[in-house]
Amino acid sequence: MQEQQDFKHRHFAHCESGVMSLMVSHHGLPLSEAMVFGLSGALMFAYIPFVKLGGMPLIAYRSRPRSIIKGLQKTLGIKMKMHTFSNPSKGMATLDALLQQGHVVGAQSSVFWLPYFPPEMRFHFNAHNLIIVGKEGDDYLISDPVFESSQRCATEDLKKARFVKGMMAPKGLIYYPLAVPDHIDYQRILPAVIKRNAKAMLKTPVPIAGIRGIRALARSITRLSGKDPRQARLFLGHIVRMQEEIGTGGAGFRFIYASFLQEAGRLLDNNRGLESASREMTIVGDQWREFALLAVTTIRKKRNDKMNFSALTEKLLHVAAAEAEVYQRILKIRFTCL
Amino acid sequence: MVPQDNISTYADNKKAVYATDRSGNYNVIASSGWEIEEEATLQAVREMERLAREAYVLAARGEYSPLFFHMYNRRMDIQVLAEATGLFKWRIKRHFKPVVFDRLSEKILARYSDALGISRQKLCSLPQQNRNL
Repeated sequence: MQEQQDFKHRHFAHCESGVMSLMVSHHGLPLSEAMVFGLSGALMFAYIPFVKLGGMPLIAYRSRPRSIIKGLQKTLGIKMKMHTFSNPSKGMATLDALLQQGHVVGAQSSVFWLPYFPPEMRFHFNAHNLIIVGKEGDDYLISDPVFESSQRCATEDLKKARFVKGMMAPKGLIYYPLAVPDHIDYQRILPAVIKRNAKAMLKTPVPIAGIRGIRALARSITRLSGKDPRQARLFLGHIVRMQEEIGTGGAGFRFIYASFLQEAGRLLDNNRGLESASREMTIVGDQWREFALLAVTTIRKKRNDKMNFSALTEKLLHVAAAEAEVYQRILKIRFTCL
Repeated sequence: MVPQDNISTYADNKKAVYATDRSGNYNVIASSGWEIEEEATLQAVREMERLAREAYVLAARGEYSPLFFHMYNRRMDIQVLAEATGLFKWRIKRHFKPVVFDRLSEKILARYSDALGISRQKLCSLPQQNRNL
């Protein structure tokens, strides 16, 4: 078996949006990663203290795993085939059969069990996405969009990574498009998804999602002053890792979305509102970065120096306010075609 | 400004990031990492190494079973191990006692060795020195 003929690997910021961009483009609908991310309304924030990842609360800067695949289906009318398996051998056999038929196949996997990840990045995170583009001997040929070049993975390792059990277990999920539209009515779709996403960030019914979630996280930092300093340091480091390292990081998602807003503005007759929203979102991304910088400087403090938690809280509340303002402006944008 | 700090945790890999050029247009740029991210990653890695080291000492002294060490050495905690094996946390905690662990059935041992990705023989012993991964 060989690599599917005309498949082109590309390097992207985030796994799920990268995979979907590569796959639908391969099927004849060229969509940038930023477009995929924006069209599926994936920009989010959630701080869920009662769900723990490695003993630390879940902090997410985007919508939940698989929502990009599903969101894109819904918005664009792409038809996806999605399989999960209870039997790993069957899951591997189905994958082989699909490759034989010439498909490129999206797959969910664990990060920890993929040997091509750098050792220091191997954590138990089970919602990574990649594309399998062929098989050579015992190795699968993999296009993993968060890597610069194509990768290889031995059969046993891929099997382990696809069938790991636990939180967000992939259950061997594989997926590929059955039908892709050849035309997208951007004039109609873009204004709707952009406003829907802004509303979702501003008007969440729960106090742990959207802008309210950012504020909740800011408040929980204030409470660290009463906690064990080592735990406090680990918590701050955890926030920064969720923000900068995992996926693309929270700030990274703000920049992707800014890129999406720019592209959307150009598609909608150079909509000025969107262009300035893109610039403002870039500034918000920069502010998230400043927050990460401040958090790490706080961690660095010597044992006897007091960590200044209230400065961090203040910075984060500032970020929340700036981000909220961008969404409020977006809701006021006028689209000529609406 | 895209950071290019050549951070150790990327092991010579690059991450694609979105950034604007001088005229404000967005592009995808390969970044060799930001040292702030590196510090946060290393903090987490070191914490896991510390847990594995402490577990190694306790297991070497015979106060805990080798399972206790192997769990941390695989960067897991009881929560993750419970999910990966399908065993209750309280059962896993019992299996940290050497007397209980020594009498485990082959079936349970197989579940552990499968979840941890190590052989049954490795699971029931400690490595010569505590090396990570």
